Amino acid sequence: MRITKGVTRGEPVSFTFNGVRYSGYAGESVAAALFASGMAHLRDSPRNHQPRGMFCLMGSCQECLVWVNGRKVPACQQPLVESLQVSSISTEAP
Amino acid sequence: MDNVDKDVDLVVLGAGPAGVNAAITANRHGLKVVLVDQNHAAGGQVFRPMPETFTPSGGSAAPGEGDELRQRLARSQVRVYFNHTVWNVSTDLRVDAVGPDGPVHWRCRALVVASGTTERVVPFPGWTLPNVMGLAAATILLKSQKMLPGADTLVAGCGPLLTAVAAGIVDGGGRVAALVDAAPRSAWLKASPAMVSRPDLMWQGVKWLAQIKTAGIPIFSAHAIEKVEAVDGRLRATLAPVDSDRRIGGGERHAVHADAVVVGNGLVPGTDVTRLLRAEHTFNRKLGGWVAVTDEYCRTSVPGLYAAGDGCGISGAAAAIHHGELAGLAVAHDVGSLDEHSFEREAAAVQRRLSKARRFGQAMGALMALPSRQVETIAPDTVVCRCEDVTRAEIDAAVAGGARDMNQLKAWTRCGMGPCQGRSCGDVAAELAALKAGCGRSEVGFFTGRAPLRPVSLEQLTGDYDYADIPLPKAAPL
Repeated sequence: MRITKGVTRGEPVSFTFNGVRYSGYAGESVAAALFASGMAHLRDSPRNHQPRGMFCLMGSCQECLVWVNGRKVPACQQPLVESLQVSSISTEAP
Repeated sequence: MDNVDKDVDLVVLGAGPAGVNAAITANRHGLKVVLVDQNHAAGGQVFRPMPETFTPSGGSAAPGEGDELRQRLARSQVRVYFNHTVWNVSTDLRVDAVGPDGPVHWRCRALVVASGTTERVVPFPGWTLPNVMGLAAATILLKSQKMLPGADTLVAGCGPLLTAVAAGIVDGGGRVAALVDAAPRSAWLKASPAMVSRPDLMWQGVKWLAQIKTAGIPIFSAHAIEKVEAVDGRLRATLAPVDSDRRIGGGERHAVHADAVVVGNGLVPGTDVTRLLRAEHTFNRKLGGWVAVTDEYCRTSVPGLYAAGDGCGISGAAAAIHHGELAGLAVAHDVGSLDEHSFEREAAAVQRRLSKARRFGQAMGALMALPSRQVETIAPDTVVCRCEDVTRAEIDAAVAGGARDMNQLKAWTRCGMGPCQGRSCGDVAAELAALKAGCGRSEVGFFTGRAPLRPVSLEQLTGDYDYADIPLPKAAPL
């Protein structure tokens, strides 16, 4: 679902999500890279345990919160670099 | 923590069109200015650039307004702190932020808040599903990340973003399953006199509509999404007609299948910081909701605190540029760097440009304003507060049980208590509370601003500071 028209992307890089290897492009947000890899469901809501994914993409709603290299960050605010270890916050802290 | 940078006259929060212009203008008049933004570059949401690693290709991409803004900023002496999240601001004009290299603190003589807006989405069952996202989110995906929200996307809500997003999807090679506009066609005609004042933007709108028509996208005017369900790995949206208050009514339903739904019901001014500092606010439905009360020179009721841009009421990017400039002039004047005569002359010129730009911007904003009865038809079991899964029925029950304002509602139900600090739900929750209590929005108020403004981990604040680093005073003699 990446648009190819009118843009040259950064270097291809790989990252992991919950231990599985995926690829994306340097500088892309982790949220967008996960989304393009088919990973729309990022976490479950804490009270009703309903599936959630990225929603505002501007760092406001906090729905796309994930662990990135051991730190909790909104995936939409984290640019992708080589070998990021990303995991769902429903899992234990890595 | 005594590592506070006090060698600063002005801190500006938010590097969108208002913030950048406030910073540059104050800097031009000799002020030491710090500009802070959560993103990696200036531009705000409206002029958000692509990632630094992306380059435009294929044809001559003329530099846009955002590039011009960034170039002017780069030529100034403004100290910029991108990738920095501001988590606290106190009334002595101290700003606490955290960035890639750890915590940063400033003490300043003046603070300009230019924090822009957040998007309002009027909830419906299924709005919390993955692959359902905001219209503003869709513009970020399209323009900045160069990504489609789906192969087949339903675009719904109201206001100028609708056509912009639908056209952007078509342009990017995607399909739009349907365009669902809460406004009847007549609402656009009513706004057209103001549009004539900006022929460039009107022409842009006409171009988008032509693209939508050419692509053969079904348009549902005066309709809204009643619910979205996940069916066989895709989404099924049920569309229903709405009345002039945008309430869902009887009439024929349409089912639309898509793999993504993007939806937005206008913009809400960002008031986190002005609420946190207990500035006076007023409710103005046409301007998007609660806004900080300011005088004609952007001064709030708190000494040294100024507000500019869409955070003061939805008026659009063109107005934000001039409003920011006005705030910069006011700060320069108030700290004594700009004499009365020059200030009045410069400010008057900016105010003329501002009022012209506002005519168009506020007409667009009014198209996105929330009609006061729209929330009536939100179904009882619909989640309103996404962070804490609080439903409309729970909000109604709390108000029926005696919760009289937003802070009581928060304490009773946890609505607005989650990590987004009520930015996503606050406007709609207050609307529901006022409706249930049978009073106006002013009476139910708003969530009191609280720190941290954004979630921040203890580890980010302490950095590598270890137990062994704690200075132990020499024990007193026995």
